[in-house]
Amino acid sequence: MRKHSGVLGLAAAVAAVQLLTAWTGTGFYLTQLTMSAYYALVIIGLCLLMGYAGQISLGHAGFFAIGGYISAFLTTFDLTQHRENAVVAALAKAHLLVTRQDLYGFEILHVKPWAAFLAAVAAAVVIAWIIAGPVLKLKGHYLAMATLGFGIIVFRIVLGAAVFGEADGLSEVPPFVILPGLEVSGGLSARVSNYYIAWSLVIAGMWSLLNLVDSRVGRALKSIHGAEEAARAMGVDTARFKLKTFVMSAAFAAVAGVLLTHYNGGIGPSEASVMKSVRYVAIVAVGGTANLWGALVMGSVLNFLSLRGYFGSFDDAVFGAILILIMLFAPEGIVGGHITQKLKRVFSRSKGEAVDAAP
Amino acid sequence: MDMELLLLYLVAGVTYGIIYAIVAIGFNIIYNTTGIINFAQGEFVMLGGMTAVTLNAFLPLPAAIVLAVILTMAVGALIEIIFIRWLVSPSVLRMIIITIGISIVVREAALHIWHEGVRALPYFTGNEITSVSLAGVRMSPQVLWVLGICSVMVVALNLFFHYTFLGRQMRACASNREAARLCGISAKNMVTLSFVLSAGIGALAGCVISPITYVQYDSGTGLAIKGFAVAILGGLGNSMGAVAAGLLLGVLESFSIMVMPTAYKDAIAISIMLGVLFVRPSGLFGSREAAKLKEF
Amino acid sequence: MPLLDVSSLNKRFGGLHAVKDLSFAVQEGSIKSVIGPNGAGKTTLFNLLSGFLKPDGGDITFRGEKTTGQAPHRVARLRMARTFQHIQLFPHMSVLENVMMGRHIHTSAGFIAGMLHLPWSLKETSSNLDTCREILDLLGIAELADQEATSLAYGRQRVVEIARAMAGEPALLLLDEPAAGLNMRETAEMSELIGRIRQMGITVLIVEHDMSLVMGISDEILVLSYGRKIAEDTPRNIQKNSEVIRVYLGGEDDA
Repeated sequence: MRKHSGVLGLAAAVAAVQLLTAWTGTGFYLTQLTMSAYYALVIIGLCLLMGYAGQISLGHAGFFAIGGYISAFLTTFDLTQHRENAVVAALAKAHLLVTRQDLYGFEILHVKPWAAFLAAVAAAVVIAWIIAGPVLKLKGHYLAMATLGFGIIVFRIVLGAAVFGEADGLSEVPPFVILPGLEVSGGLSARVSNYYIAWSLVIAGMWSLLNLVDSRVGRALKSIHGAEEAARAMGVDTARFKLKTFVMSAAFAAVAGVLLTHYNGGIGPSEASVMKSVRYVAIVAVGGTANLWGALVMGSVLNFLSLRGYFGSFDDAVFGAILILIMLFAPEGIVGGHITQKLKRVFSRSKGEAVDAAP
Repeated sequence: MDMELLLLYLVAGVTYGIIYAIVAIGFNIIYNTTGIINFAQGEFVMLGGMTAVTLNAFLPLPAAIVLAVILTMAVGALIEIIFIRWLVSPSVLRMIIITIGISIVVREAALHIWHEGVRALPYFTGNEITSVSLAGVRMSPQVLWVLGICSVMVVALNLFFHYTFLGRQMRACASNREAARLCGISAKNMVTLSFVLSAGIGALAGCVISPITYVQYDSGTGLAIKGFAVAILGGLGNSMGAVAAGLLLGVLESFSIMVMPTAYKDAIAISIMLGVLFVRPSGLFGSREAAKLKEF
Repeated sequence: MPLLDVSSLNKRFGGLHAVKDLSFAVQEGSIKSVIGPNGAGKTTLFNLLSGFLKPDGGDITFRGEKTTGQAPHRVARLRMARTFQHIQLFPHMSVLENVMMGRHIHTSAGFIAGMLHLPWSLKETSSNLDTCREILDLLGIAELADQEATSLAYGRQRVVEIARAMAGEPALLLLDEPAAGLNMRETAEMSELIGRIRQMGITVLIVEHDMSLVMGISDEILVLSYGRKIAEDTPRNIQKNSEVIRVYLGGEDDA
């Protein structure tokens, strides 16, 4: 099917880029490409929320930061002094703690990265779940402002709290060992493997979201977006679908936040800033709101250019200008609405026949 | 607790509060004529302050302020003419993104023009250590300037909207654009005027507050968020509500320092806003019925 | 026991008493029509029945269950389907996809199943597709399956909307002015279509302006005026009812 060929094409492109950098000796590009992959993960998740559920979020950097900061905190905070604490003791008993030597050779006791990963994503999901209820009841400006407000609160907390390192953020985050020999870390030797880890995650994310869009849930979301009253009359619990989509896209952001934090070895408050959230929204808009492929392409390309410093001191200005230009001249995104419509029609026809032919 | 300290907090709260109220009124003016929330509202305040500081280098203070306000008004008009005027019934989402984009571009332009330095106008009378005593509280005379000028602005705006021909035309547009057009009022010009007006009051507020708070290329963002919080608390579109809500938020914020670290001041303002949004989206003072009339 | 039982239903909008102490019942397998002049409260009644509005008083019992004040999606799950006066098809979706949405309540694949394309969810979708194609066949619009629903001619859109409602295998189908905007030929086709729907064993409640459609196919007619019931009888008797002629037919003559 066309959709799977798209995902396969993406996998091939990912491999081709790596081979190209190896061949031309430009392996240093892989670092920014890996980081772009994690940002792209946030962006495709946000695309699902904005494009398919029709809800804007100006607070997605908040979820990214919740993921990143919680896992960074859990994997760097030394529990040695707290061994007697009942919770710490229980964690130790459950084999969730590990010791390692810090930069100065002192032994520190902290939560294992995979446990921290689960805890961080779970925290983001729970927070998203709690705020989604009241937030998604709002519409238009109110929704934009409420999500923006949430993002600012997260930003202020990580900037103000000593446990989160205030303006310095958290550093010395250890590698995240997924399998023996395969770890998420910024080490030079792990550059190629990390590139593949990050992009595998993006491929898996795209595959699952494309599946979702072409499923009962995807149709329900599109129907809510298109004619909410009619969707409700069809028995769609619109509030529930919006809430679940919000939580899902928060989870994508949190996963990306955790892994990028391990990759960079730390996280700082700028990851939680309003500008980051705006940037995510900008990229989704440029990709053509309800267009996962557009979001992915724009997300990886623009982030890569930005991380490589091509925009110089105009980095934020570039994103601001992109927002204005796209919304003024091509609110459907760069990949024109008409073209995608036609493609979709062709796609749905071929799919229909395929299903018809099946016994 | 020391009575005098309490009063000092109160004065500080009122000073900030009235500035928030002016920013919120700026939001309201544009919202009422267009249904748009102009996310670049805070940038007008920053532009006013920055431009006045620059002009003050070779102009006397009053002239610098007047010229800065006029220039910011021109920027407001330009923004409307270039970005907003020709859009045919744009969606709310589209307008949110456009005005956010404008705010970023203006801010970045300010960064390139003025760099990251913190600036301030001189105190209008006296200097940092001058103080006047009012009802037993010693305060900077600049506080009186802020309160005085902002109060005059609020009263003048009210008079303008209720007793002048132009102001009434703008109100007519706000309540029914189509009917106003049939009466020969150019709705488009009224929208431009609303941008000019809210740029102007924002810029003037930016000038009077700058000796106290200083001004920097990015000081608009924080003000815009507070201003929006105040506009929501007061009920979107309700300017008297904005004044009350602005003072309330300013004072609450000022006293919050007694119990919470300063770092969380903004978080508190926003939490209050979120609380109100969730429970009473029509604002503390607005009626639910009135909120329903506004289209979203 | 009637399929739908409404007792002393009330709805006010500020000072306007849109539905006033309204009681009636719809028997299983029948076609009932609600008529009345503009502003008689017909659409309000539909919105109350389908859960889009909460009544200020009174009870609605559908298939033995009290649905008063329940959210629309809950009412829909009890198999009450509806169409809208102003057609509400889903844009950017094909006719087939629109009709598949009608089967939302009969399917259950959630986020996880959808993301992973679990085999059972794919099977669910394909059997869903088969059912929907049958329905399109039945209503004679099979050839439109892959067209974008909102790009069709108005009359066709109405049929698609009905197909979508039918896909949910409703016990009761609410049709809100099914003939609005249709020409004479299309209206005749519509009345034939409604007849066929009844033959499938589906109870139909119609709100309609077009008397010709209603008189021909209804078993019973309920006449509203200013939110009050002024008559409820067979079409033949309604045509002879002096009160009805005065407020409804007469009202139109005066205008």
